[in-house]
Amino acid sequence: MIPVEFEYVKVTTIDQAIAALKSGGEDAKIISGGQSLLPVLRLRMAEPSVLVDCGGIDEMLGVRDDGGSITIGAATTHHGVMNNPLVQKHALLLAQATATVADPAIRHRGTTGGALAHADPAGDVPAAALALNASFVIAGPSGRRTVDAKDFFLDYFTTAVGPDEILVSFSIPKCDWGSHYSKFSRTAQAWAIVGVAAVVNVKGGVIKEARIGLTNMAPTAVRASTVEAALVGASSAADITAAAMHAADGTRATSDLHAKADYREHLARVITARAVRAAAGI
Amino acid sequence: MTAALDTGTALGKPIRRKEDAHLLHGQTNWTDNIQLPGTVHMAILRSPMAHAKITKLDVSGALKQTGVVAAYGAKELGDLNGGVPCVWPVTDDIKMPAFPALAIDKVRQVGDCVAVVLATSAAAAVDALDSIEVSYEQLPAVTDMEAALKSGSALVHDEIETNACYVYKMPCGDYAASRAKADVVLARRFINQRLIPTFMEPRSVVAAPMGMSDEITIWSSTQIPHVLRVLLALVTGIPENNIRVVAPDVGGGFGGKLQMYREEILVTNLAKKLGRPVKWTETRSENMVATHHGRDQIQDIEIAATKDGKILGLKVTLLANMGAYLQIITPGIPLLGMFMYPAIYKMDSYDFTCTGVFTNKTPTDAYRGAGRPEATYVIERIIDELAAEIGMEPMELRKKNWITHDEFPFTTVAGLTYDTGNYEAATEKALAMFDYDGLRAEQARRRASGDPVQLGIGISTYTEMCGLAPSRTLGALKYVAGGWEHCTVRALPTGKIEVVTGTSPHGQGHETAWSQIASSILGVPVEDIEVIHSDTGRAPYGMDTYGSRSLAVGGQAIKAASERLVEKARVIAAHQLECSASDLEFINGTFQVKGDPSKSQALGAVAFEAFTAHNLPAGVEPTLQAEATIDPADFSFPHGTHLAAMEVDTETGQVKLRKYVCVDDVGMQVNPMIVEGQVHGGVAQGIAQALFEGAEYDDDGNLLTASLADYLIPSAADLPSFDTGTTVTPSTTHPLGTKGVGEAGTIASTPAIINGIVDALRHLGVTDVAMPASPQTVWRTIQAAKGGAK
Amino acid sequence: MAHITVTVDGTSYNGEVEPRKLLVHWLREDIGRVGTVVGCDTSNCGACTVLLNGRSVKSCSVLAVQADGCEVTTIQGLSDGNEWHPVQTAFKECHGLQCGYCTPGMVMAAVDLLSENPTPSEREIREGLEGNLCRCTGYHNIVKSVSYAADLMSAGPTKGAK
Repeated sequence: MIPVEFEYVKVTTIDQAIAALKSGGEDAKIISGGQSLLPVLRLRMAEPSVLVDCGGIDEMLGVRDDGGSITIGAATTHHGVMNNPLVQKHALLLAQATATVADPAIRHRGTTGGALAHADPAGDVPAAALALNASFVIAGPSGRRTVDAKDFFLDYFTTAVGPDEILVSFSIPKCDWGSHYSKFSRTAQAWAIVGVAAVVNVKGGVIKEARIGLTNMAPTAVRASTVEAALVGASSAADITAAAMHAADGTRATSDLHAKADYREHLARVITARAVRAAAGI
Repeated sequence: MTAALDTGTALGKPIRRKEDAHLLHGQTNWTDNIQLPGTVHMAILRSPMAHAKITKLDVSGALKQTGVVAAYGAKELGDLNGGVPCVWPVTDDIKMPAFPALAIDKVRQVGDCVAVVLATSAAAAVDALDSIEVSYEQLPAVTDMEAALKSGSALVHDEIETNACYVYKMPCGDYAASRAKADVVLARRFINQRLIPTFMEPRSVVAAPMGMSDEITIWSSTQIPHVLRVLLALVTGIPENNIRVVAPDVGGGFGGKLQMYREEILVTNLAKKLGRPVKWTETRSENMVATHHGRDQIQDIEIAATKDGKILGLKVTLLANMGAYLQIITPGIPLLGMFMYPAIYKMDSYDFTCTGVFTNKTPTDAYRGAGRPEATYVIERIIDELAAEIGMEPMELRKKNWITHDEFPFTTVAGLTYDTGNYEAATEKALAMFDYDGLRAEQARRRASGDPVQLGIGISTYTEMCGLAPSRTLGALKYVAGGWEHCTVRALPTGKIEVVTGTSPHGQGHETAWSQIASSILGVPVEDIEVIHSDTGRAPYGMDTYGSRSLAVGGQAIKAASERLVEKARVIAAHQLECSASDLEFINGTFQVKGDPSKSQALGAVAFEAFTAHNLPAGVEPTLQAEATIDPADFSFPHGTHLAAMEVDTETGQVKLRKYVCVDDVGMQVNPMIVEGQVHGGVAQGIAQALFEGAEYDDDGNLLTASLADYLIPSAADLPSFDTGTTVTPSTTHPLGTKGVGEAGTIASTPAIINGIVDALRHLGVTDVAMPASPQTVWRTIQAAKGGAK
Repeated sequence: MAHITVTVDGTSYNGEVEPRKLLVHWLREDIGRVGTVVGCDTSNCGACTVLLNGRSVKSCSVLAVQADGCEVTTIQGLSDGNEWHPVQTAFKECHGLQCGYCTPGMVMAAVDLLSENPTPSEREIREGLEGNLCRCTGYHNIVKSVSYAADLMSAGPTKGAK
């Protein structure tokens, strides 16, 4: 189908973007890769008055080494992120999760920052960002602020980024733990029924610490904190499976066409165990 | 026996396709590519409700919008609001409610057409839909077939006072007697879920009145340009001889474009009324609700057998979902399956009853296999269940009951006469390719060790009927058309050949395969033959492409016309060579005097003589062409054995198709490369029914799987490669020995997959898995079998 | 309206477009490059795949204005005149198409895949094409075609030419 008419503003700086959002009013929307937005526009499920294209802001592109962390420009494509040597070395989980997003053509165009700001509960990258303790740089009319991952994802398709703000970049503390992202879906291009993002610090065959993010088990990606606690000291497949039994604790899984909540909860337990074992090599 | 019809000719060779060059270079002619000057674009306001009264409809607001040329509801359209025809009234007392192109007073399905806007751009037309004022009073939606038949149910069509469209019965033999004799009577209910054809090219129609003449040309992405022309004439009142229908490049159909759609009526009538070209191309979202669906049957089956596995009788009781309206052959689809429930098995009796039911859903109609996949699914499932019930190996049970190769021709309990077949040969070959015994051993190991991933073997030994169809038979079934096919072959003065066919390909490679047939008879190279099709202006006669009929029926016409052309040429050549016709042999495209090869004349030279007509024998008319219109003597009956190795992750319910082997016997093969491609695609669609696809509705009649994001068709990453093989048992009722291959894979594969999943889980107490066998469904089935039912 | 300049299959085009116009509609309707087609409205089918600055994208999910200043390669620009690109040759040789509607996108996705991974395994081919739906072939011969194209391309340009 054909989207409704809108104005299009291409900006090259963050300041221009914020100004354009302000003048565009409440129906203004940011577009970069547009891979989530375009289908919605075509189905006329969104009817923005202005699209502010932030795909050409230099500051939002690329990955840099900040010493203890790496910083990823919000408009870096999935393809750019998953193939970036810094990401592969210091935030492998993010590369693993990003590689499962949609398909190659969409990953060439879609941006990882855009997927995080879009915050689809079935999206793959928010769970990885949570597990990696990412932090987010948000720019708005009153300047810039940094928000931790735990405070970033607020609700269905809702993040700490306000309507007059823009996600500039996100940073990930360097992590050399074992990692794995496991996506359970009905077909290769379908959304995750459940996804599990796991990073595990294993020393001498024993799990010292683990961080686990869950995809599609709540209105936002969530941490499986009970599992994380239960995994400390685990050293066998049986230990991990027992810890993973808590994967659905505190989640708010929903029912939809492809899975009812109880099945999602069951899957979360099974897939968490498998993801942790793969990450830990146990 | 080899697959080749004649190794000395183009027949039987995997010649690369003529069609490919333009398709691979984007030099295509899809209907949506057509951009005529002055075109107005049609957009359709569709019902968001499954069942509602239209309490208000005012299109005047749309007329005020930029670019809008016209807007119509049913009232404004008046007499031009033609009705969509159904040509298969299966019983004398069938209920056939009206199906106007634009809904009148009431909508009966989500996607029903309520109003149209015509504007100078597609965007303007879509934008103006928002300016139409419409309101509805929602009525209870009829979504469940069994509930629909109970008294007090809401009615889809008030005027017929029931939701039952028809009841069709075909009792064969004495089932009650078989049942009384049986040691085992097994009854099961299977659900053959609703599918959406999902051809890749969305439908598109362009109609253009042609200047000073009264002719109107309609380009449509259809499988049936010839049938469409007749029906458009009947529905619109435009004289048939003024209508030209062209199906340009058509991007798949699978039965979904075997239809006359309301949009084709609207575009044609509005082009005529406005006196300018009108164009409509559906979006995929429209396609999901507005293009007919397939399958959707509740299937109750009962099988009666002895305890040592001899099948005595079969009883099949169907509820078939018609949807909201009857489209071209909606009521007849279950009847195409009716004959095939007994399949390859011998039995004494067979009792068939089908009730067609109206619901507030998209109409159903032909989808690849059309009735036969439904039948094959049920019989191949119940055979496995019977085997389990009596403790017999499922392949052994099949062998015990199937028609053996020395019993052909064999008249089945359903009254069909299968001309040939060799189920033993196909099965033996498939078992060897599959490593059946090795996989059975692995299955035993996994069961013994309690492996979380269990292995199952799925069997499907199918047959089907194709080559639609002997016209006399169609008449007996009350189908209002024939099943013949036409071909005209012309030898042009320059030696090139035109083969004018009535078939209408949309991916099947007819240009290549038909050239191979003509080449083998005319001795002219394949590349010198042009196949003309899918344009009623250039190929006026035909019954089009569906039901695996094109080669089985159309191929006969090509053969007969080519042979007639040779005979006409022989008379001319004899005159030129001053001998009698009987003294000539026709070798590699040249007439030679027997015993004197120096005296010869090539077909091209004969064609030139026929063109100049300077020296023709008395009584022979100029030009060299011949035609044939052939009615097939009978259906044809491809068969084969498909085997699937299914891995089931019992912890998640995830299913993996590890290995797929199929051996099909489609008779003689004109082009084995194309045959293999048809099998691959057919198998994939059947697997997709088993594992991925299903049109889901909510209780209000809303289609939940209304986009390709939710209606899951598999990608390359979701399927394995297939191991295909063939055996060749030529059809004896078809002169080329061919049978047909378009639907075989789809018919065969679905039960193979589900049988494999059930086989993997049978030791856990699982006796059936609903389709599509999604991970959730499989997991819940396992839980229920374990006693932890949810 | 916005003014854009886009190089398509080696030719520079410029013109005014509505911002809402999708790249695929601009290609088809405004400059007549109808070889690229539309198959869905949710970016699932991939029939509209083209190369944008050398990488595969779904041209139904890019606005024409976003392609301003970019280079687009479509199925029509893949080979010149009677020359066949090895991927085109391979699809014909291996019967990797039937109706041909998914073909423009499938071929472009395959070209992109092979540019990144010249020697893909069957699994890598299948996953690399996961964004392109075909309803005719069951993918068997598409996978074979891509594998064959990889062989042709590794053998050098002469073998790939038809």
